[in-house]
Amino acid sequence: MHLEVNPVPFAGSTASSWKSGGGGGVVSDQFPAGLRVLVVDDDPTCLRILEKMLRNCLYEVTKCSRAEVALKLLRDNKDGFDVVISDVHMPDMDGFKLLEHIGLEMDLPVIMMSADDSKRVVMKGVTHGACDYLIKPVRMEALKNIWQHVIRRKKHEWGDHNEKDVEQSGSVEDGERQQKQLSENDDYSSSANEGSCKNSKKRKNEDEEGGERDEDSSSSKKQRVVWTTELHQQFVTAVNQLGIDKAVPKKILDLMNVQGLTRENVASHLQKYRLYLRRLSGQHHNGIGNSFMGPTDATFGQLTSVNGLDLQSLASSSSQLSPLGRSTNRTPVSVPLNDPRNIFSFESPNIRFVHGQQQQQHNGVNRGNLLHGIPTNMNMPIHPHSSQSNSLLTQMVQPPQQRNQIFNDGVFGQNGIDGFAPAYTSIPQPSSVVDFSRSQRTFSTPVNNNFGIAGLASSNKGMLPQHDIGSEINGFVPTCDVFTDVNQNNNRTDDWGFQSVGPTTFEAPQHLNVQSGGLVNNSNLVPQNIPSDSLSRIRGERLPDVGFQNSLFSDQDDDLLSTYIKQNHQDGSFDNEFGFDGYPLDDLPV
Amino acid sequence: MEGNKLQRQAACMRNALFDQGYLDEQFIQLEDLQDEANPNFVEEVVKLFYSDSARFIRNIDLTLNNSPSDFVKLDNIMHQFKGSSSSIGAKKVKQRCTQFQEYCKIGNFEGCMRTFQEVKQEHAALKKKIESYLQVARQAR
Repeated sequence: MHLEVNPVPFAGSTASSWKSGGGGGVVSDQFPAGLRVLVVDDDPTCLRILEKMLRNCLYEVTKCSRAEVALKLLRDNKDGFDVVISDVHMPDMDGFKLLEHIGLEMDLPVIMMSADDSKRVVMKGVTHGACDYLIKPVRMEALKNIWQHVIRRKKHEWGDHNEKDVEQSGSVEDGERQQKQLSENDDYSSSANEGSCKNSKKRKNEDEEGGERDEDSSSSKKQRVVWTTELHQQFVTAVNQLGIDKAVPKKILDLMNVQGLTRENVASHLQKYRLYLRRLSGQHHNGIGNSFMGPTDATFGQLTSVNGLDLQSLASSSSQLSPLGRSTNRTPVSVPLNDPRNIFSFESPNIRFVHGQQQQQHNGVNRGNLLHGIPTNMNMPIHPHSSQSNSLLTQMVQPPQQRNQIFNDGVFGQNGIDGFAPAYTSIPQPSSVVDFSRSQRTFSTPVNNNFGIAGLASSNKGMLPQHDIGSEINGFVPTCDVFTDVNQNNNRTDDWGFQSVGPTTFEAPQHLNVQSGGLVNNSNLVPQNIPSDSLSRIRGERLPDVGFQNSLFSDQDDDLLSTYIKQNHQDGSFDNEFGFDGYPLDDLPV
Repeated sequence: MEGNKLQRQAACMRNALFDQGYLDEQFIQLEDLQDEANPNFVEEVVKLFYSDSARFIRNIDLTLNNSPSDFVKLDNIMHQFKGSSSSIGAKKVKQRCTQFQEYCKIGNFEGCMRTFQEVKQEHAALKKKIESYLQVARQAR
């Protein structure tokens, strides 16, 4: 299809032309000129600079200094913008919250910006579904390529048949190559951030995995399905009826018996749902202790307040995060990104809870609904140690209890995972259990390869109470790789309903092993030896307030991956503050 | 000729700003944005920055006086200020901001106070220098 873009006057024609891309065919020569960008930043200096930069890229820019105003603009002009760039720290509304809203209501690609380049915050962007994260001061080069996010998303929506040609590698280059099919652009480098990598990877994967291209998708742009609460309920009912393991799009579709709903719609929704569930279960554990996790529970708190936050993450993750996407890729679903994140809202409160509380139990309950077969015992055993959480971990949102959940039923009794906020420990693997016991004593060999997030600072000294770590893992996958690995292993354990999804979706990235090699004693980060301690390993960095974030960890850089791995497998002793004998935090990659 | 002389002078001043570490490459990004349609873009942005940054300074001052132990708040404000400063390439100011944030992280009030004074000094020093430079540059054009 031919995108007709006029560099200068962007009226409705431009707007529609971008969107009517449909099958992602030919792109106008002027592409990406005319891209309609909405930039939101409370700092007038930055705003002005961005505006000028974007104008220089021949984009059509609308600037806005307040999030509320931005939302209004977006609402009043549905289809009036192609991409949104927003600052993270804004006085009237948190950037992530805005991100969620946009994702939920408009499903536009959103790029986050901040002077803060801490992994925690970047991760947060990832989990909230930002399609990119720019570090301030923003350079022109970074902005030049934002169009790729728009295209990517559109392609995604279109269930583009072009993708067939795309190889499945997760690299940015591939994604770029893919882009090339659509347009003739020279510079594909995305802005400095892991996101793009994930996006492309994910996108490709999803498309590939999409398997059967539905007739619906092949032609023009698919009708976007709005997953209302009722519709979602029907969906959930159908899934529950079939059993999360057996829930395949076709069957769900049949059960739901909704006019106009396609298998693809269901498939993509299912993918998101699974991610969501996974995140839910992992959240308890993940929230805390990650080294990445910032100590601010507050952030979590904010998140929790947003219903559909999870949805957002889920939705975004499915669409944007490769790792998760990857996992889901295995399932033959194409993943058009529908927004109905709020459908998950009913779950959300629990999921988010980062701050550990009874939410766990609460979650447990929810989990029950969502996760079939996932033994979420969120019997949140409150581990005494967990409460202690070392300074770092303290912030971890969740009390160890969360972690406990999903652990293979008590196998881990000892979990050293106590206090691991991030549920990395959740990898419920029998083998890990063993490790735990060992680890308890020694606190060595982090078991959880899942999540390097050492956040679990809680004082797990040895006491790892029973954690249902399994659930944790869901929450946080430092890198999909890790997670993949873990999942695969974990799948054996029945903790998560996701198991069915897990192995299929995650692939153990080779490098994972490599990286972790040094750290992990296990072959591959497999949770075999995942000493719960590892969870508590705190990287000594700010702990990202991440509960759900973890789950959406997409393809991290190797750096992150290794970080996680190291965290998990660190043999060192934790910082004393955690009450551990110490994992040498300094080993942790920073 | 006057023009050349001014141009040379402007170039000299500009180089000094970079050499002495007042400005970093982000400033060059600003310069690159200046074009015929926006011939005074750099000046415009710098002005915007200085008029806006006053409030950051004010807020930090207030917070240091009224709620000195609210390091989170201090850090937040400084973070914004830092973002703003970095966007125009104010290198030294940015460095001091970072230092301030470090002190906030460890809850060192004394350090914060001290560093904040430095932030203000750098902020003011840069203002003078950059305004002189911009004035000459404008004349040289």
